[in-house]
Amino acid sequence: MINELVNYSKEALVLDEAIEVDRIIKMLRQIVLLRFHRQGAVVGIDGGVDSAVVLALSALAFGVGRVVGVMVPEREAGEENLRLAREHAEALGIRTVSEDITASLESCGCYQRRDEAIQKLFPRYKSDWKARIVLPSDLTEQGAAHVFYLVMEDPRGVEHREKLTLNEFRQITAASSFKQRIRMSMLYYHADLNNYAVVGSANKNEHELGIFVKYGDNGGDVNPIAHLFKTQVYQLAGYLGGMEEIQKRSHVLDASRSAGSQEESVFEIPFSVLDPIWMGYELGVPENQVAMAVDLETDQVIRIICNIISRKRTTDYLRASMVDVNNFE
Amino acid sequence: MVKEKIRNYIGENILFNPDGFPYADSTSFLETGIIDSMNVLELVVFIEENFQITVEDPDFTPDNFDSVEKIANYVNRKLELQSAG
Repeated sequence: MINELVNYSKEALVLDEAIEVDRIIKMLRQIVLLRFHRQGAVVGIDGGVDSAVVLALSALAFGVGRVVGVMVPEREAGEENLRLAREHAEALGIRTVSEDITASLESCGCYQRRDEAIQKLFPRYKSDWKARIVLPSDLTEQGAAHVFYLVMEDPRGVEHREKLTLNEFRQITAASSFKQRIRMSMLYYHADLNNYAVVGSANKNEHELGIFVKYGDNGGDVNPIAHLFKTQVYQLAGYLGGMEEIQKRSHVLDASRSAGSQEESVFEIPFSVLDPIWMGYELGVPENQVAMAVDLETDQVIRIICNIISRKRTTDYLRASMVDVNNFE
Repeated sequence: MVKEKIRNYIGENILFNPDGFPYADSTSFLETGIIDSMNVLELVVFIEENFQITVEDPDFTPDNFDSVEKIANYVNRKLELQSAG
């Protein structure tokens, strides 16, 4: 064991794909068919590598005839993502359904409430601009900056940056979360329609760091990849095959996220660095060994680990199920 | 006085502790995780409203906001600058 720790390297993340896939599909069958008595799977597909892997795993577990891939576009979603999602499902022989939720989001006031908050901060903002929230901090630096920024891009491609105030931050995130929550309602419509279970697609990074909307994109009955680091999801994608374009695009998106998004505080360092550090921490590998494996200073590795721990702790609420007051300890 | 107000605010509104803020003034928020990024945003609103100061973007650093002591020092410096100006 000691020798293993001394020789710690990024290779520790490498899965035996055949064994892992076999284990996951057995568990999916056991949980969905035997425990929940549901007869197949509904997977929300968005053209990303996570949902593509989950779709392929579901097809192996239940057979292509017992899986539905549900695309839930809205007016701000990229069409390229939909195309990738549809083509991948079709290549697998899986039925797809597309449900445009723009009207539902409009009736909830998703766009209007969000834009109202943005315009309080930046009156020139128009609803056809792009906007995202960023936490410009560097996980390798001492402590994280506490200030959130709203980054907007006007139709000419010019970027505008504004510090977020508390009330506006809350209104923007609360309104935007309608998207994930209405998507989840649509997945359950199709799950109930077919007596299927909803199979979720959050990977370990997203799940444990709280990068999701509670009762939104983390909603579902079972998640076959919540234990897998993003780099491992990519590995399974390669093993399962047929996702080359999706993998390539996801890599590009991951890289662009590091330039700023809601996930910036976590993903500003590449998964190829974050994941081995995180795994090393979980295995109890000394920080200096981890640092050597990822070619960083030991101090930087320690700061990243502290940030992971802090992020996990402060997002505990998001992962918590409804609590029964009678069974609360 | 400034320190006391900050301690009371965190104790009552963030920690919900009937005994107030149970840590040392120098306790690091980041290291202990007793308050998170959203709580710091809340604290900024509290500080701006209660001490009539404006927290500028470059001031958002762990040096100014990572403990009760650091926040109080920051607020006092801002107040001094205001009265001098």
